[in-house]
Amino acid sequence: MTRPSWAPPEIDLDRPSAARVYDYYLGGFHNFPADRAMAQEAIRMWPELPVMMQANRAFLRRAIRYCVSRGITQFLDIGSGIPTVGNSHEVARQADPQSRVVYVDIDPIAVAHSRAILGDDPATRVLQGDLRRPDEILNDERVRELLDLDRPVAVLLVALLHFVPDADQPREVIAQLGDALVEGSMLVVSHASSDGQPELAARHQQLYSRTPTPMTMRSKVEIESLFGDFALQEPGVVPIARWHPDPGAQAHPESERMVGFAGVGLKETVR
Amino acid sequence: MSISDEAIRAFAAEWARTIAGTSYVPLGLVELESTLTELTGELRCVLASDPFDPAPAARVGAALVDRHFTHPDSIACTVGLVSRSWGGVNDPDLRDRVAGLAGALAAGYAERLQERTFAEQDAIRRAAMIAQNEAERAARELQARFRAVFSGAAVGIGVGDVDGRILDVNPALQKMLGYTVEEMRRRNVGEFIHPADTADVWQLYQQLITGTIDTFRTAKRFVRQDGDTVWTQLAVSLIRDNRGRPEFQIAVMEDVTDLRRLQIRLEHQAHHDALTGLANRALFQQRLGELAATTDPTERIGLCLLDLDGFKAINDSVGHGVGDRVLVEIAARLGQTVDGDRQLVARLGGDEFVILVAGTSDAQDMVAVAEAALAAVARPVSVAGGVFNVTASAGLVERTAAGADPAELVRAADITLYWAKAEGKARWAIFDPERSLREVDQYTLAQLLPTALDRGEFRLHYQPLIALADGRFTGFEALLRWEHPRLGRLRPDRFIAAAEESGIIVPIGQWVLQESCRQARRWFEITGSRPCVSVNVALRQLSDGGLLDDVLRVLEAEQLTPDQLQLELTERAVIGSDHEPLAELQALAALGVGIAIDDFGTGYSNMTYLRRLPITALKLDQSFVSELRPDAADQTDAKIVRSILTLAHDLGLTVTAEGVETAAQAQALRELGCDQAQGVFFGAPVPADELGRTLRGPRS
Repeated sequence: MTRPSWAPPEIDLDRPSAARVYDYYLGGFHNFPADRAMAQEAIRMWPELPVMMQANRAFLRRAIRYCVSRGITQFLDIGSGIPTVGNSHEVARQADPQSRVVYVDIDPIAVAHSRAILGDDPATRVLQGDLRRPDEILNDERVRELLDLDRPVAVLLVALLHFVPDADQPREVIAQLGDALVEGSMLVVSHASSDGQPELAARHQQLYSRTPTPMTMRSKVEIESLFGDFALQEPGVVPIARWHPDPGAQAHPESERMVGFAGVGLKETVR
Repeated sequence: MSISDEAIRAFAAEWARTIAGTSYVPLGLVELESTLTELTGELRCVLASDPFDPAPAARVGAALVDRHFTHPDSIACTVGLVSRSWGGVNDPDLRDRVAGLAGALAAGYAERLQERTFAEQDAIRRAAMIAQNEAERAARELQARFRAVFSGAAVGIGVGDVDGRILDVNPALQKMLGYTVEEMRRRNVGEFIHPADTADVWQLYQQLITGTIDTFRTAKRFVRQDGDTVWTQLAVSLIRDNRGRPEFQIAVMEDVTDLRRLQIRLEHQAHHDALTGLANRALFQQRLGELAATTDPTERIGLCLLDLDGFKAINDSVGHGVGDRVLVEIAARLGQTVDGDRQLVARLGGDEFVILVAGTSDAQDMVAVAEAALAAVARPVSVAGGVFNVTASAGLVERTAAGADPAELVRAADITLYWAKAEGKARWAIFDPERSLREVDQYTLAQLLPTALDRGEFRLHYQPLIALADGRFTGFEALLRWEHPRLGRLRPDRFIAAAEESGIIVPIGQWVLQESCRQARRWFEITGSRPCVSVNVALRQLSDGGLLDDVLRVLEAEQLTPDQLQLELTERAVIGSDHEPLAELQALAALGVGIAIDDFGTGYSNMTYLRRLPITALKLDQSFVSELRPDAADQTDAKIVRSILTLAHDLGLTVTAEGVETAAQAQALRELGCDQAQGVFFGAPVPADELGRTLRGPRS
């Protein structure tokens, strides 16, 4: 049963949290023993994980720059996690100082931490929200006061959708988000996949079942279908490191083995 | 020593390549190289300082951490690169300097990493605390909200553990059951069992506290502290602990006692007579339906339908007010005569009552019930200063319950009641199915007629017509029979009046015409002779018109000549037909169709119609025939017949005698000069397939 939105969140530091585990992968110290124990176990099983997570974080950076280059300065970063380094608003502002970012996460500690980091930064907002209730996010006053939904918005669902099982209808949720946005808006997705290393992926998936956010790996085709009416932009859904790589970047052999896909979709003019 | 800019760039490029994957740094490779080139420059300065001071290298170590190179591999690869690039040369001073530089670099890195670790741990702990506080505040608010709901709710709410210990109850529940919180806490949920509880309530409860189900709803009664009963709508929910084990139960209940009482009162009102308080027709029919629904072949039921004799006279003489009081008194007496469990007294309306008896063993049981009831009614009733002597009649029915049709049963009792009244009132009669069948009323028959026609329940029987002069077979009269599946064979006198009344006689008549003409044709096809077919026609067929058309169509269809058809009309029919039928009869006569007057001599004495109407034949009623004998002492009938024959022959009419049963009658008629005859002597009416055999039989 989903917890009703008016009920208080449960804070249990003895349970690993996806946001803090991710922070650990990236080399952060915003984590607790339970998070580290789980991350270390995962790394033992799958030593490339930190590199993969770094590649994912690097994709976020490239995707934001890409969106800014397409004229978007409004970002809705859902599943933003613990802002460690290379946060969306920093990347976006580097590209365009006018950029504004709303951070949304389900994890109350991640939200509290984000608020502490961002203070009263006028161009950012942080709210606790659940992707599975898109209406609540879109109608939140903090979203309304910072983002102009009459202009294009980039919705960032980076390393998030593999925490949304099919039962929670991710396609419908994305379609609902898309309906609320004007043409020219973009959808940024990166997603863990079982393509390539199914056994490893299955074990990894099992590991995450002890977190409040169990994992659902999806195939490339399934990930493509999540975009719905958003038109996939070049080069489509591809391995994360291959999505618009930085000029001069040498591909890491580790990230070549990376089992994750990324892509960016555009809400086109309805004819 | 001096390191060229070229070497610096090469060092930085190699540094960037090796360090890049160690930690996440939000920089592209190009940006990373330029950052590292800067840091390499700083290291060059430290290396070249004079006097040599490695301390500033610590800043470069710290800068790596600041750039988020936080993984141990980051410093490891950096120190390794410094040693490999610069420490390998055979220069002790440089080796010392490189060692010092590496040491300071690592120390600076470690110090800043420690600071960063502390800071981030601090930050995340603070965030956790804030989140925790927030959650607790929300929980407190929620609890306060729940507390407000709990204490302010109009519904009763109780919390218990899974052993049934009651932990808390809200004020509404205390009020509902009349116990204080303390009193409730001393009790167990299991003590609230109520004798009227259905077994499934407690089964559901067991399933709930063992965690098989999470919630259930039911209607349940509770005994209040003061002994009264409370009706509730109850919903019980299970609360589980963190590991999903059943922990608490929450009961929410609504007091629906008033609603229930109202419901009971309305139900009572719907099922009871307002004046007498007895069951009403609806309840009686419901009970009767229930009893008749049994499949047990040994179950029997009885009805005693009672109607007060001449009660209208009381109402008329002393008014309805007093009449009603008499009814109330009689109703009360009837109520006292019955055994409440097996018998139900109901007032069906007016002065009509019924006693429904379950579990009778035979009709005698009903007789006892009826006699007790009639005796109770018959005792003088003193009301409003007057004494009234009332009697009642009763119709009794008793039978097996299984398969009984309630409506049929009531109808049977009704018929029987009518018999009791007809036999002199103040008595009972018991239903006799044979008698009932015999007396199936016209109304019932009229209702059955249309279906009878549809289902083909009508048959024609044919009675031969014989020429008296030579005994020749001249034709036959078609006679209608109704083969009712339950009532058996019915002769026209049972149903023709009803058929005429309802108009169904018209389609029936068409069928008779068609069927009998078809038979005449079949006769011709088999024997080669052309018999005359005589068909009875009702007034309604004439007045409703269309008979001429029907005749023309049938003659055409069956290829009969008009003189093969004779229509028989009663005197009553032709006398009542002054206008329109005349034209139609004349048209039929002009066509050559015979028109006969049936049962001649039994109707009107005014015979002017013989002149007025296009009649071709008379059928002499059998009452004139029965006493005819050539050697009879009394020749009155013979004289009448002779006169009629003279009259008829003078008018050019032929005469057929009906009901000839003996050879003597036939002989007498022949001697009187009668033209034709029919009757059992010549052949009884028989179905078509037996007609041939009848005619081939011996005849004088």
